[in-house]
Amino acid sequence: MSEALLEVRDLTVEFVTRRGTLRALDRVSFDIRRGEVLGVVGESGAGKSVTGSAVIGLIDPPGRIAGGEVRLAGERVDNLAPEALRRVRGKRIGMIFQDPLTSLNPLFRVGDQLVETIRTHTTLSATAARKRALDLLAEVGISAPDKRIDSYPHQFSGGMRQRVVIALALCAEPELIIADEPTTALDVSVQAQIITVLKRLCRDHGTAVMLVTHDMGVIAETADRVAVMYAGRIIEIGAVADVVKNPLHPYAKGLMGAIPTLTGHEGRLSQIPGSMPRLSAIPPGCPFNPRCPAAFAPCPSVRPDLTAYDRHPVACHLYDPAYAPREQAA
Amino acid sequence: MSAPDAVPFVSVEGLNRVFDVSPPFLNRIVEGKPKQLLRAVDDVSFAIARGETFALVGESGSGKSTVARMVVGLLQPTRGRVTIDGVPMTGGADADDLRRVRRRMQMIFQDPYASLNPRWRVDRIVAEPIRAFGLRDGEAEIRARVGELLAFVGLHPADGVKYPHEFSGGQRQRIAIARALASDAEFIVCDEPTSALDVSVQAQILNLMRDLQDRLGLTYLFISHNLAVVRHMASRIGVMYLGRMVEIGDGRGLFERPQHPYTRMLLDAVPDLAHIGRRREPVAGEIPNPISPPPGCTFNPRCPFANDRCRQEVPPFRDGVACHAIHEGRIEPAPTLLASTAA
Repeated sequence: MSEALLEVRDLTVEFVTRRGTLRALDRVSFDIRRGEVLGVVGESGAGKSVTGSAVIGLIDPPGRIAGGEVRLAGERVDNLAPEALRRVRGKRIGMIFQDPLTSLNPLFRVGDQLVETIRTHTTLSATAARKRALDLLAEVGISAPDKRIDSYPHQFSGGMRQRVVIALALCAEPELIIADEPTTALDVSVQAQIITVLKRLCRDHGTAVMLVTHDMGVIAETADRVAVMYAGRIIEIGAVADVVKNPLHPYAKGLMGAIPTLTGHEGRLSQIPGSMPRLSAIPPGCPFNPRCPAAFAPCPSVRPDLTAYDRHPVACHLYDPAYAPREQAA
Repeated sequence: MSAPDAVPFVSVEGLNRVFDVSPPFLNRIVEGKPKQLLRAVDDVSFAIARGETFALVGESGSGKSTVARMVVGLLQPTRGRVTIDGVPMTGGADADDLRRVRRRMQMIFQDPYASLNPRWRVDRIVAEPIRAFGLRDGEAEIRARVGELLAFVGLHPADGVKYPHEFSGGQRQRIAIARALASDAEFIVCDEPTSALDVSVQAQILNLMRDLQDRLGLTYLFISHNLAVVRHMASRIGVMYLGRMVEIGDGRGLFERPQHPYTRMLLDAVPDLAHIGRRREPVAGEIPNPISPPPGCTFNPRCPFANDRCRQEVPPFRDGVACHAIHEGRIEPAPTLLASTAA
């Protein structure tokens, strides 16, 4: 449980366009341990989906990985040849995307898609693979799998399709699953079922999960640790309870206060002025400084790095003893 | 917040809407298929007091948006009545009364990218209701009013010369709100106004809507699938399931002591910041196909308390809830996790 399964160091992704090079990810570093669920949150354009795609090498031109490295169980995977990378993808890293309808081929039966994936990544015979497909369907909570295995994707509801996609991701017993907004397209009651399935599978198989979502509620209930992203950078990372209850970064504080909760309060939601900068106009220094209520001298010019000054790592000068004796903002 | 007074501002009685989802005529003849009717809204009644926010929540297919469209008159009900400020909107009122009431109600839609004409400048979009209802005389006055409205929703009056594509999603929703206010509307129907927005932008829009309500005394019918947003905005909440109203209650009561088993299930299923690392009870089943809903109470196949009566008889709506088990006293309203954490 202790050693890192996935190590990402200074990962930088750039998109080359006619109007110049846009930096979608800027020196992103994090680890995921075996059996751990790391939540990645942020608003649209923060770079959370790009992070997921970059880890599995799914950045298409004009995008490119411009720097940094990705290691899976100590072995570099970001510079593998396309063929070798394809074997890692699916076999050692599974993927779950937001829209289950586009992840499944509408022309093939669900069972055939599962069997094909299983046989691509293992040496099982056709009959053994079909047996395994049935087991997987049962495991993700599809009742009477022997009746449903020969159905087409359109005969399934949204929640059932997402279960099939999870089964597909599990086919080769991967060490890591990257789930990009797996429950966003689903209703709350179905979302709860899918989250339960994901959590149970990770516990049972010791699979690590990188859960990318904009929904802090899902993260709070599912993840062990959470990384908060802003303008292509991780600005805070730590244990879920810590980050949700005691966020350090002014952006994370604003974000937590902006989310209405079920326990409710009659007052106003906290409001962050402005919106996330475009990739073509990321401010120098700390990218959040023009919107930050606590910005001070170094913020517009010096880039803060993710550093563990206090409870957990944060990229903010407020906590840097070098700028002491400035009072820490409440 | 205000309790419903004697004469509600908006009153909806026995609203029904049936959609014909049959295959085309020729297919029906050739393939011998029967007509298929979808009962999207089934006998829904509620009332909204002046200055109040009433919310409808439910999952996809619960009929909440259909109710909203019938309340503003975008869709004719199959059966039932909508009365706004004493004027029956669904027949029987004279044209002057209807016109007078229609000016005072507006709608805000979910997708701020689709609800604004991309070829019109913002000032023309916001000025349209003013021109349509002849509320101001002369271009100068209209221009002044548009500038005032834009400032009201937190935009700059000079933004009027821009086109919608020059604005972000949150700013577009502000433009939609300015347009809704342009006709001096008092009653605004909001259909998922923030579900296309990021949380920090959502907070800005929700705060703006509450400020406007305080300043202008607006009445809102607020449609959302997000229970936390509804809890934040609404004084009273109606929960819908498969076209029927299953429970109506005030915000706090509904969230702390829900009655209907569906409301309980829904509240239990929502992931929330307050529940870190919660081990959840798996929710049973999915919403049935609305074309062939189960007989009796539509929730019975998923309900842990269902008995034979629930499977045969449709529960009447009484004392704020439509549930046999509650009416018969078989189950008590259960305090939720929220009741303990709310204090």
